[in-house]
Amino acid sequence: MSSTTTAAPGRTLRPSAPAPGGTPGNPMGPPRRRTAWTPTLLLLLGAVYCLVPLVWVLTAATKSREELFSTFTYAPGSGFWNNLAELSSYRGGVYWQWMANSALYAGVGALLSAAVSGVTGYALAKYRFRGRSAVFNVLLAGVLMPPITLAVPQYLLMSKAGLADSYLSVLLPSILSPYGIYLSRIYAEAAVPDEVVEAARVDGAKDWRLFRSVALPMMVPGLVTVFLFQFVAIWNNFLLPYIMLGDDHKFPVTVGLYSLLQQGSNEPAMYTLVITGALLSVLPLIALFLGLQRYWRVDLLSGAVKS
Amino acid sequence: MHRRLALAAAAALCGTLVLSACSSDGGSGDSAKAASGPVKLTFWSWAPNMDKVAEVWNKANPDIQVSVLKQAGGDDLVTKTITAAKAGNAPDLIQAEYQALPTLVSNDVLADIAKQAGSAKGQFADGVWKQVTLGSDAVYAIPEDTAPLAFYYRQDLFQQYGLKVPTTWDEFAATARELKQKAPEKALTTFSANDPGLFAGLAQQAGAKWWTASGDKWSVAIDDDATRKVADFWSGLVKDGAVDNQPMYTPAWSKALNDGSQLGWVSAVWAPGVLTSSAPDTKGKWAIAPLPQWQAGSSVTGSWGGSATGVTTGAVKSGHADAAAKFASWLNTDPAALEALVKEVNIYPAATSAQTGSLLSAAPDFFTNQPDFYAKAAEIAKGTAPAAWGPNVNVAYSAFKDAFGKAAQDKGAFAPALTAMQQSTVEDLKKNGFQVAG
Repeated sequence: MSSTTTAAPGRTLRPSAPAPGGTPGNPMGPPRRRTAWTPTLLLLLGAVYCLVPLVWVLTAATKSREELFSTFTYAPGSGFWNNLAELSSYRGGVYWQWMANSALYAGVGALLSAAVSGVTGYALAKYRFRGRSAVFNVLLAGVLMPPITLAVPQYLLMSKAGLADSYLSVLLPSILSPYGIYLSRIYAEAAVPDEVVEAARVDGAKDWRLFRSVALPMMVPGLVTVFLFQFVAIWNNFLLPYIMLGDDHKFPVTVGLYSLLQQGSNEPAMYTLVITGALLSVLPLIALFLGLQRYWRVDLLSGAVKS
Repeated sequence: MHRRLALAAAAALCGTLVLSACSSDGGSGDSAKAASGPVKLTFWSWAPNMDKVAEVWNKANPDIQVSVLKQAGGDDLVTKTITAAKAGNAPDLIQAEYQALPTLVSNDVLADIAKQAGSAKGQFADGVWKQVTLGSDAVYAIPEDTAPLAFYYRQDLFQQYGLKVPTTWDEFAATARELKQKAPEKALTTFSANDPGLFAGLAQQAGAKWWTASGDKWSVAIDDDATRKVADFWSGLVKDGAVDNQPMYTPAWSKALNDGSQLGWVSAVWAPGVLTSSAPDTKGKWAIAPLPQWQAGSSVTGSWGGSATGVTTGAVKSGHADAAAKFASWLNTDPAALEALVKEVNIYPAATSAQTGSLLSAAPDFFTNQPDFYAKAAEIAKGTAPAAWGPNVNVAYSAFKDAFGKAAQDKGAFAPALTAMQQSTVEDLKKNGFQVAG
C-alpha cells in the first residue's frame, strides 16, 4: 500500500487551480485573432439547454390553476402572488416548516460534515500511521458507493437505535461524507505545506493548536467547497428522509413537495403549488452559491511557501 | 488491486451492519405503551384532510387517540411501509390500495382483524369485500373507497359532431373512427401505456382474473383470452390512429383535455378531481356514462384504484389491535365518519349505504350540468367485477409499463407485451418462493 498513488491527484490539483483566473498579459495570441465561433456557439447552446427548464419553472410558477395547462408555455401568467398565498396557507403553512427543516438538515449537516471532513482529511494528509492507506482506500470505496443503496441499511440501523422518525435520523447519516474527506485530504496535501507545519512544530505548537491556528486557515477554501457540496447534496436528498420520516412535519422540502404531488386521485392535483414550491426551494441554493463564491476563489493566495 | 480489496472490505462491513440490524426485530415498544393513559394510534394516510376525520373520532373517544401522519401515496409507499414494518416501526393503521393488500399480507404487514371487524361485511358490496379478505376467512382491511370505471365524455362536443354515446366497445371503436373522419385533429380518447391500473380495470370488466390462489399455489392468468381481447381491441385502435397514444397525466394530455382535442376519457369515479385541475376551462361540459360493454345489454365494469384501511401486525404486537380495528371500522362504516370522509376527504365511499344516501346527493362542482351524477355512479358501481390481486402486482405493473410503453409508441401489437408481462410476473413469484401452478 503506497501513498504515491494518492499524492498524484494532489499535484494535479494545483496547476488546474489557477485556470479560472486566466493568464493576463500573455502575448501568445495576437489581438486580431477572431473569436472562435464554434465553441462559443456550443457553450451558448449548453447554457440554453440548462436554462430552459429553469425558465419553465419560473414562468409556470406565475400561472394560476386555470392558466397552467391552457396558455402558452413560456408566457408568464397572473397567479404568482395567489400561488404564493395558497402555498403558505396549505395545511397551516406546513411548506415553511418543510423549508425550515431542509435548512436545518442541510445547514447543520453540511457544517458538521465539513468539520469532520476537515479534521479527517488533515490527519490523513499530514500524519503517517499504520493503516493510513487502508483507511483512505475504504473511504475511496465509499465515494464509489451511491448513497441511495445505503438508505435502507441506515434506516434499519437508526430504527434499532430508536431514532427512526426523528430529526437526528436524517442529520446523523449526512455528517460523514467520504467525498468530503477525500477532497479535504487532497486539499490539505496541496494547501498546507509540510515546511509550515514543521516550522510551527519547532516553535512548540502541539497537534491541536497546529491544526487550529496553522492548517485550518489554509484549508478554509477547501472546506467551503466541502460545505457547499454537502449542503446541496443534503438539500436535494430524497430517499433517505423519505424512508426515515413518517411525520410530515419533519419532512424536508423535497419529500414534502412529493407528498403534495401524490395526493391520491380523488383530489385535484396541486400542480401550481408544487411548481411554486419547487421554485422557492431553489432560491436558497442560488443565494448560497453567490454568497460563498468568493471564498473558493482565494484558493491561489492561500499558500505560504514559494516553491 | 488495493481498490478491489477495499471494496470487498467495505461490502463485507456493510453486509454485517445490515444483518445485525435485521436480526433483531421487535423489541422496541412492545410492552411499554400499555401502561396507562389513552391508547395512542398512528395512521399513515395520503388523503388530504384525513386528520380532520380523525379529529371527529378523537373528540368522541378520549381513550383512543388517533394521529394521522400524512404520506405521499403511490407505489413507493408500499415499499416504505414494508421497510418500516421489518424494522418494527410500522404505524398502527395504514391506508393501502386494494392491489397492494396481497403484497402487504405476504410481507406480514397486515393483521387479520376478522374477530374485531368481521361484522362490517354487510356494509359493502361482495366484490369489494372479497378484495380485503383475499378470498379467505381472514379480514385484512376495511374498504374505504372504491373506484368503478365509467366513460366520461364532452357533452357539447359530442353534440357538435353528432356522435352517440357508445354503449358497447364496438360502438366505441366506430365512434372513435367517425370522429377521426369528421375532425382528424381530435381524438376520442388516448390509450396510455403508463397506467397499468386502468388496463387492469378494463381486463377485469372483460372477465380476467390475473391472480388466483388455491391452497398455497398461485396461478397467474395475465396472458389469458379476456385480457388478450382487451389488448387487441386497443392495439387495433392505436394502430389505425383512431385513438391517441400519448400518456396520461402529462401537461400535453391536460392541454388536450382542456382545449377539447380529447373528447372522452375512460376513467374512474374520481375523475372530477383530476378534471378540475387538468381541464379547468371545461367545467360543466362533461358527463358520466356507463363503461361500454363487451355484450350489449350487460352492465359490468372494472375498477381503477380505491383503498382500504388496514391494521398492522405492529399494532398486534403492542396490544393495540383492538383499538385500531375499532377505529378502522368506525372510519369506514359509521355515518358520521362517512359524512366527514365525503365532505373533507372527497372520496367515493365503499360503504353502500353512503353511495346512495343523502351524503352524495349533490353532484361534484365540476359536473353541475349533471345533477344525478352520483345516482348514475352508484348504478354503475353495482356492476363492479371482482378484482383478483396477487402478491407482486408491482412487478406486473412495471412489466406493463415497459412492454406496453414500447408497443404503444411503435403502434405495434399488444399481445406480445402481454406474454412478457405474464412471464416476468410468474418468474418473480417463483423467485420469491411462492408456489406457482401450471
